[in-house]
Amino acid sequence: MSGTDEAPAVVSLRGASAALGARPVLRGIDLTVRRGEVVALLGANGSGKSTAVRAVVGQVPLSSGELELFGTPARRFKDWARIGYVPQRTTAAGGVPATVREVVAAGRLARTKLKWPGKADRAAVMTALEQVGMADRAKDSVGALSGGQHQRVLIARALVAEPELLIMDEPMAGVDLASQEVLAQTLRTQVEAGATVLLVLHELGPLEPLIDRAVVLRDGCVVHDGPPPEAVGQHALPGHDHVHPHADAAHEPVRTGLLT
Amino acid sequence: MDILTYAFMQRALIAAALVGITAPAVGIYLVQRRQAIMGDGIGHVALTGVALGVLLNTSPVWMAVLVATIGAVIMELVRSYGKTRGDIALAMLFYGGMAGGVMIINLAPGGSTANLTSYLFGSITSVSPEDVTVTAILAAFVLVITLGLRRQLFAICQDEEFARVTGLPVRVLNLLLAVTAAVTVTVAMRAVGLLLVSALLVVPVAAAQQATRGFAATLAIAVAIGVIVTLSGTAVSFYVDVPPGASIVLLAIAVFAVFSLIAAPLAKKRARAAVRAEEGCTLEVPGAVPAARKPADDVGVGAS
Repeated sequence: MSGTDEAPAVVSLRGASAALGARPVLRGIDLTVRRGEVVALLGANGSGKSTAVRAVVGQVPLSSGELELFGTPARRFKDWARIGYVPQRTTAAGGVPATVREVVAAGRLARTKLKWPGKADRAAVMTALEQVGMADRAKDSVGALSGGQHQRVLIARALVAEPELLIMDEPMAGVDLASQEVLAQTLRTQVEAGATVLLVLHELGPLEPLIDRAVVLRDGCVVHDGPPPEAVGQHALPGHDHVHPHADAAHEPVRTGLLT
Repeated sequence: MDILTYAFMQRALIAAALVGITAPAVGIYLVQRRQAIMGDGIGHVALTGVALGVLLNTSPVWMAVLVATIGAVIMELVRSYGKTRGDIALAMLFYGGMAGGVMIINLAPGGSTANLTSYLFGSITSVSPEDVTVTAILAAFVLVITLGLRRQLFAICQDEEFARVTGLPVRVLNLLLAVTAAVTVTVAMRAVGLLLVSALLVVPVAAAQQATRGFAATLAIAVAIGVIVTLSGTAVSFYVDVPPGASIVLLAIAVFAVFSLIAAPLAKKRARAAVRAEEGCTLEVPGAVPAARKPADDVGVGAS
């Protein structure tokens, strides 16, 4: 996976600055991900790593700098099916129950858009569920899943459009060991098949052997871009603290409230 | 079945059925986005439209459609752009719409607040043949959008950020949903009245999701509940002589209560089964599982 200097850039962020409200979060970062690379974005909470990937997928506007996706300026980029996005688990919670299959099928809209799904689309949903070992839960409510299982469903939702580039925001946060293993295996399969991966991580953890390059952010600036920092223990990164996003409090199997 | 021999009751039942189908079909997306109160807001704004229709001597229903649509679009724009003071902006719109309606109706020659009563509380038995046609056309529009685009609308209401990254025209779909909600509110206005419209959008959905695990099932059951309560509520008001809006909404709430009572033990059983399945998985992990990992693992299932 290394030695990909000649491979074309899939993500190219140059001198990117962004602010959330009045607070500058990115202060001119450069981030390039070449085809076939697995790049981890590391840093403490508040370092801007999440904002950086959200800027890459166009969800945080850049106040300055340039972004190219697959060699196309982001403003003109339309080919979203090439990107599989796994947001932080907190963003995906609806007020109405939804089955695992329904949530994963939403990812296929990157290909079907406004058209009716066909046989191939339904098959793709089952394939994606099998990849993360959740096929037997297809008809269950996502609200009845554990954190790790929910995360696997969100990854299946990203994989179902058969993307070339996977962008994941903290895929390991609040995920149990069994699911971590499944996720690492899924990612390995994707990488072997030639996928490019950009992922935000709090710690390298079980994904460490897969990662070609690490970019470390601190206070919105890149402080390291190269091989994964060695001997970085699970909890040795600056400013480490355990924050695991859980939106699930409002998303339980037992529904007694009317609107909450 | 003497109820069906009266032409006015036939029209009332047709209108009621159309409302019973469309209201939950739109309401489910509002509930999914935790915006259940939006139907109420549109109802308030529609009142200004009704009054304008009376003042300008045009159709109150079409004016209500127009004004409610404008109001719903503004609410959607406030939701998507305004981050912090969105609730205040919506409150201004709600009460402004209500006050505007009262003000304008009293400015109309010979108009008074009494003219609004039939729109506030519904008067389904006075539905004319033309009203049935208009209702059917509007209901057809609502169903084409809410059923035809249900996958797309599900995606934007479930996880809007993800939907944007799939390349869906999220802004257009959001506006379309807002317009559809406005049309539905004005359609339902004749049956249950503007003050109770939101109940018909929300309560059948809330009742259905007591018993369901998925979105499609919730949609189907909510529509079924909607039709049953609007038809039976209209029939009840024929025999007992009470406003149909009240009987429809109270019936819907009764269905919700029954579903909750039946579903609560069911959901508990399901949750226990899920916890058991969980334990099985955890035991299969090779090697020891650090005890500190366990709490995070269980959050989705057991937390209350």
